[in-house]
Amino acid sequence: MLKALDGAEVDILDRLPTPFGLVRSGVAPDHPETKLSHLPETWKQIVVNQFSRVAANERCSFFGNVNLGTTVSLSDLCKMYDAVVLAYGAESDRYLGVPGEDLGGIYSAREFVWWYNGHPDCSNVSPDLKNTDTAVVLGQGNVALDVARILLRPINELETTDIAEHALTSLRESTIRKVYLVGRRGPVQAACTAKELREILGIKDLHVCIQKADLLTSAADEEELKKGRIQRRVYELFSKAATSHQQHDIVGQRELHFMFFRKPDRFLPSESGNTVSGVRLEKTCLKENGASGKQVAVGTGQFEDLKCGLVLKSVGYKSVPVDGLPFDEYRGVVPNMKGRVLSLDQAEHAIVEKGLYVTGWLKRGPTGIIATNLYCAEETVASILEDFKNGLLTPSSGSPKPGRQGLLQVLENKNARFVPFSGWEKIDTKERMEGELRNKPRKKITTWEELLLAVDG
Amino acid sequence: MSMLEAAHQNDIDLEGACEGSLACSTCHVIVMDVDYYKKLEEPTDEENDMLDLAFGLTETSRLGCQVIAKPELDGMRLALPAATRNFAVDGFKPKPH
Repeated sequence: MLKALDGAEVDILDRLPTPFGLVRSGVAPDHPETKLSHLPETWKQIVVNQFSRVAANERCSFFGNVNLGTTVSLSDLCKMYDAVVLAYGAESDRYLGVPGEDLGGIYSAREFVWWYNGHPDCSNVSPDLKNTDTAVVLGQGNVALDVARILLRPINELETTDIAEHALTSLRESTIRKVYLVGRRGPVQAACTAKELREILGIKDLHVCIQKADLLTSAADEEELKKGRIQRRVYELFSKAATSHQQHDIVGQRELHFMFFRKPDRFLPSESGNTVSGVRLEKTCLKENGASGKQVAVGTGQFEDLKCGLVLKSVGYKSVPVDGLPFDEYRGVVPNMKGRVLSLDQAEHAIVEKGLYVTGWLKRGPTGIIATNLYCAEETVASILEDFKNGLLTPSSGSPKPGRQGLLQVLENKNARFVPFSGWEKIDTKERMEGELRNKPRKKITTWEELLLAVDG
Repeated sequence: MSMLEAAHQNDIDLEGACEGSLACSTCHVIVMDVDYYKKLEEPTDEENDMLDLAFGLTETSRLGCQVIAKPELDGMRLALPAATRNFAVDGFKPKPH
């Protein structure tokens, strides 16, 4: 936006005191076994550098600790700015809706990831990693692989990352030695990508179990493989892993099991009744869904129980609706056309909401990687620029909107304490200094109080 | 010298957002003659991972930062894909080394 329009001013609002979103709270702190193992810090730093360059531009301001809904409303923002872009992603989880889902010891992968990445909303999650030797992860996407990897990494390999201190302490005492990654469908449909799969298969001293029988492909599977380069490469990795790993008799060796064609039927309680002791899985088979042409998993009525003391559900994120924002409950996204928000008029016709835009996971659903989101943002920006060129963003009243000054006024009226980019820089400096003392890139500050304290310091 | 570096040294607008560290696909190029494509070394797994994400991928696509100049490649023609994705939001252009 800044690049395309000379006089444009952009304000970035975030409910956290820290910017960068998932680059700070979502990306796994480790990435082992590749010759580019310095990579996460390198490209994280590159993304951070790019963002920082933008934030340092005088036409741009960062406002941290400002909550859409409680600090400022959507209608307030629309009154103050010519264009409002919602890019707040997906901070909730898809619910399985099976019995026992509320038992202790069952978490969404998002909560677990936020916990080990030091997100202030999850610093107190305190998952019990000492009551069991087995964890079950439902899902086989990249996030599922991330959490499995964090549970199985030798602790010394985590010590030099920026993983949150409280997570490091728990993981050091963890008794978990077996992790199951359970998918409803087969290896051809697994949602993970080649790089992430290769990384986890390459972890030292990790015994990986994949059943050869699960690798058999149907004609429909072969069609999917023919059309999908990414699926082909993932399937090949699974095939190689199934044949190359030998029987192990190393006592205490950590195990990673890929289970295919299983869906969770219910969670089983322990004797105390309030924590999970296992998952009942139903075997599935694939049927072609005529409408979409995709293959879907259908239950076969055969069940088996898998004992475990920790369950991580990695079955997808979900966006959270906001007052005044059109929202498609079923798909969990904001209805839009190339990023322009759509609502329904009295006659149920879709109309474009003037000056309101959406991008990222809130626009497309919680899939894709960093690159996907960048392309998505480009599309939304193109829509904004087109609308601006066509005079569609001119205020109807005739007088220009107050923009940043208006926001500052609203924040002052509410006595709201926002964190400017310089505030983040103070947090950053403190974290990196503390990290240096411990041979890590940074030691993350993980509670709201301490984050805001660091801004004051 | 890689094709990415060569492009920058000759003011060709080929982006290299990750600065050649195989963390993006912005330097995606298409080798126009399959004979030249065959002269190149096979892409590594890491390059293939990034090519997976490239827009407009073809059978002779490569990442510009991984194709290194050598005498056998004299005369090779590279096409930039139909749509270029500029990741640098502030117009930042990496300086030639």
